[in-house]
Amino acid sequence: MARAVTTRRKMTFTIIGWAIGFVIFFPILWTFLTSFKTEGTAIATPPQFLFFDWTIENYHEVQSRSNYMKHVTNSVVISVGSTLIGLALAIPAAWAMAFSPTKRTKDVLMWMLSTKMMPPVGVLVPLYLIFRDWGLLDTRLGLVGILTMINLPIIVWMLYTYFKEIPGEILEAARMDGASLMKEIVYVLTPMAVPGIASTMLLNIILAWNEAFWTLNLSAANAAPLTAFIASYSSPEGLFWAKLSAASTMAIAPILIMGWFSQKQLVRGLTFGAVK
Amino acid sequence: MLSRTLLLGAVSVFALAGAAHAETLTIATVNNSDMIRMQKLTEDFTKKNPDIQLEWVTLEENVLRQRVTTDIATKGGQYDIVTIGTYEVPIWAKQGWLLPLDGLGDAYDKSDLLPAISDAVSVDGKLYASPFYGESAMVMYRKDLAEKAGVTIPEKPTWDQIAEAARKMTDKSTETYGICLRGKAGWGENMALLTATANSFGARWFDEKWTPQFDQPEWKKALQFYVDLMKEAGPPGASSNGFNENLALFQTGKCGIWIDATVAASFVTNPKESKVADQVGYALFPTGGTENHGNWLWAWNLGVPAGTQKAEAAQKFVSWATDKAYTELVASKEGWANVPPGTRKSLYANPEYGKAAAFAKITLEAMNAADTSKPTVKPVPYTGGQFVAIPEFQGIGTAVGQQFSAALAGSVSVDQALQSAQQLTTREMTKGGYIK
Repeated sequence: MARAVTTRRKMTFTIIGWAIGFVIFFPILWTFLTSFKTEGTAIATPPQFLFFDWTIENYHEVQSRSNYMKHVTNSVVISVGSTLIGLALAIPAAWAMAFSPTKRTKDVLMWMLSTKMMPPVGVLVPLYLIFRDWGLLDTRLGLVGILTMINLPIIVWMLYTYFKEIPGEILEAARMDGASLMKEIVYVLTPMAVPGIASTMLLNIILAWNEAFWTLNLSAANAAPLTAFIASYSSPEGLFWAKLSAASTMAIAPILIMGWFSQKQLVRGLTFGAVK
Repeated sequence: MLSRTLLLGAVSVFALAGAAHAETLTIATVNNSDMIRMQKLTEDFTKKNPDIQLEWVTLEENVLRQRVTTDIATKGGQYDIVTIGTYEVPIWAKQGWLLPLDGLGDAYDKSDLLPAISDAVSVDGKLYASPFYGESAMVMYRKDLAEKAGVTIPEKPTWDQIAEAARKMTDKSTETYGICLRGKAGWGENMALLTATANSFGARWFDEKWTPQFDQPEWKKALQFYVDLMKEAGPPGASSNGFNENLALFQTGKCGIWIDATVAASFVTNPKESKVADQVGYALFPTGGTENHGNWLWAWNLGVPAGTQKAEAAQKFVSWATDKAYTELVASKEGWANVPPGTRKSLYANPEYGKAAAFAKITLEAMNAADTSKPTVKPVPYTGGQFVAIPEFQGIGTAVGQQFSAALAGSVSVDQALQSAQQLTTREMTKGGYIK
């Protein structure tokens, strides 16, 4: 009897879980379906779910109008580049804050996060002028730089919480054995924090991939990533939902696939503290 | 071996010299079908000008405006050619952000431009942007529904005639709505329609001393008329409909009358997209007890920012994309119906264009009826038809648009909306230094 209840409960939870998952996933599914419709069916009321004339015309159109690979390359370089540089800067910073805190550490952390509280448009013009004078406008280097700085507070915060979970005694033991500071960070701390670092990395790649304010405003033709690619398919006069959906599907596909493959690390990293 | 090395060296030097010589123009544009067609035809330009290469940056209209404004205001020099509307041209020209276009060459026949358009993109007689395509607003209606309802829409209708026809055409049981008008808030969305409508009712945004006029009876009449009509004969949820939403409604046969930009005619008569392609009739923008047809006038234009290093090449491109030969190029490749409309007299004198585009005559009439230098019945200190050509209008227009959209949705009354509009406009104009 008890067994039956468990099964029923399991089933209920499974159904609820799937239902919530489906609701969350639905907009992406809808975008995907719309990308195979004609502009006419895309706006039809009532909306057509599965039974319409499927067409790949939109993908053809998007391919012929935009240089997709150039945008993908830019997105990859910008998101991965900024995340790696961010990690290189944040690991030592988070180490210092987690293992040799001072009485100001909390304030420093708060101050770092406070830079995220200002609306970005407030600093657009000054940053634009700096970029112009340094010749960084519309360069990947410039975008890597700005995204590194934008995501740095989040990286530091995430790493800090992971590092806090690691007992300081282990690091002390390494120090007793004569490990230098560098060795301690590279050989002892980093391997233990790999799940945390991995999930921080993945999350930041996703954040940088989707960042649309700075990447749109500081790029033009050469360094424009996928955000600019999507933005080019919205039209003030004329129907565009189907083509925009095709472009969006193409833009999120790489990061979605990466997300699927790294799901395990992501979940493990995000629940790192709780399961330990 | 040595000779081969020398040869290789020489070749690379030449290659480098060639590369250094070739100029790349970066062009910022919006995603409209005429612009996309231009992108596809650029081979013709690069063939004629092998030393110039083109890079396109297509962006959503509002993103483009923000992006290009930032660049041009800081003289960032990211773009050599920008696509801008008739709203920006006079403002930016006065700021010194645009170069006057005096190097367009002989083939560019300036006197062939439609006078209304040419005036809208000139400051002190100098051309600051070259019109690519232009539009006014007009009435599009379903001939079959009008016949069924037993109404006729004259070529120069009044708002009362439109309202009567719309009410008779409405049949909510079949989801047929007599009239579709913009309701989505925005200076370029509902305020374009409402400013033009207000003009036709004899209202104005400001008096000669820049005092807002929303407390005057003309505005009250115009807005009350619009809200009442839309409540009775408009589609549900009209307060979130813009150009594209109404286009979709009209194309799927749900609207009897649609009053909007003339460029819409080419969409609703395209049998591939529209179910009602062979049933569309046209009329001029209605009047409300005045002789004023709203004075709606818009054009997308190509301008050259003052920050560019490649002004000469940029003007060469602008000239290619907007002269008469381009029209013929599009016609030969894609047919006359796809030629960018509304900029040149010669296009409307061309019998082939008249044959291919049934809406050509009425479009020309609508554009000729628009006078942006004298948009209202009473005198005003500003220019611009469905907008007020001052930098503050983007902000004020959108804020007022939100009030009027709320009035349409029924969450505030017409009087409340007008009162808030009056207050917020007075505040902003005082802040801007217009009201002393």
